[in-house]
Amino acid sequence: MHLTFRQVGADALLVRAPDGESVAALYAALLARRDELPAITEIVPAARTVLLDGLADSALTRQRLAGWQLPPHPPADGPLIELPTVYDGADLAEVAALWGCSAAEAVRLHSSFEYRVAFCGFSPGFGYLTGLPAPYEVPRRDTPRSAVPAGSVALAGPYTGVYPSSSPGGWQLLGRTSVVLWDTGREPAALLAPGVRVRFVPVADA
Amino acid sequence: MTGLVVVRPGPLTTVQDLGRRGVAHLGVPRAGALDEPALRAANRLVGNPAGTAGLETTLGGVALRAVGPQLIAVTGAPAAVRLDGRSVAWGAAVTVPDGSVLDLGPATHGVRGYLAVAGGLAVPPVLGSRSADLLSGLGPAPLTAGQLLPVGPRFPGDRADLIPLPAPPAELVLRLHPGPHLDWFAAAARPLLARSRYLVATASNRIALRTEGPALPRSRSGELPSEGMVLGAVQVPPDGRPVIFLADHPTTGGYPVIGVVPTADLPAAAQARPGTPVRFVPLTR
Repeated sequence: MHLTFRQVGADALLVRAPDGESVAALYAALLARRDELPAITEIVPAARTVLLDGLADSALTRQRLAGWQLPPHPPADGPLIELPTVYDGADLAEVAALWGCSAAEAVRLHSSFEYRVAFCGFSPGFGYLTGLPAPYEVPRRDTPRSAVPAGSVALAGPYTGVYPSSSPGGWQLLGRTSVVLWDTGREPAALLAPGVRVRFVPVADA
Repeated sequence: MTGLVVVRPGPLTTVQDLGRRGVAHLGVPRAGALDEPALRAANRLVGNPAGTAGLETTLGGVALRAVGPQLIAVTGAPAAVRLDGRSVAWGAAVTVPDGSVLDLGPATHGVRGYLAVAGGLAVPPVLGSRSADLLSGLGPAPLTAGQLLPVGPRFPGDRADLIPLPAPPAELVLRLHPGPHLDWFAAAARPLLARSRYLVATASNRIALRTEGPALPRSRSGELPSEGMVLGAVQVPPDGRPVIFLADHPTTGGYPVIGVVPTADLPAAAQARPGTPVRFVPLTR
């Protein structure tokens, strides 16, 4: 895999990988092999990059990383979380229409794929899940909602997300889960941390 | 319980320490004191370790009544300090007897005051820090009148009597490392940024210092795929005015970053009032 490096300020490196799969592979390798590198404070994966921040020695980090042989895909054995989901979202019919199928078929499709938390952002514990095949990508809503309830399972672009807390949001709402995704009193605080695999399991009521 | 009762919370007063580390991958901002040297100094003056939680005030100060005798020091933005109405020292430790009120007045210069109390504010930590994070709402909410802030047991060891700190800036000079997305900007953008006079915008807060001034021209429109963001990143949103990320900044973002301000220059940014001139000085790397 070809990685490119950009220095960001005095003590951070932005490592760019060719696609989302290789970013996930790089992130998994960074977690597994962190002790081969000089100290790093933050490892922040995103769509096409992993940010390494608070580096003790960015030149050496870059040099070591450039020598790593990385697989094109992340390991398939990350932790798997099943989220019981009531598929009664306000945008389910609209998403089904975009997919050209019935609402029941949209539920079957969405729950048939395995997802992976690619990265977090937007708010603490909000995971951007990849795994939805490209033909099923849907645009954001033209008008964001001022309040999306906590636990909402939603789609935007290539991503599925679950709102950890009530917040404004422009994603298409498919349903809801009653699983608490973010709890700072719990270890781990975030259920949907980068690298976690996720399945949505349709249920009649959460 | 020993502590401090909030008599007057001021316009925006938050509990801050040095912030959260190692959780950015969960979407958790770092938070922590914006003027970190000022918090460290206040802690030193009362004999606390540097990372002990204190208060960060915003322009208007704060008033607190001691429950049990307290040792307090105020640093950061200069302001009048009164103990039961009498003037006492700013930038030095002050003994506040049980029941007495320490009143930190409005900042005469600068923006943010730091108040440390011997033993530190013993609010419960969240993800390893007691800092209020105003982007995501983690940590204690901003102070409200009548609230009791618990104070921990005093730390053993010595304390400093005086710590010199720079005055709030009349002009904010920010050095700038090249950013990771220079290819998103027109060739004229960096020279324009370097020679233009910007002003600190009123909309600045703990998340970002916003500026008013010439719009920086881009060579590409749209947003980049979400990417990890560092403290001091200078993002350029569609209106073209540079935005400097401070402690409560989002962990990822999609606007291109034209430069990165070294963290050593950020305490001054924390003390620059709206309307303060800003000058960017590009570094070669």
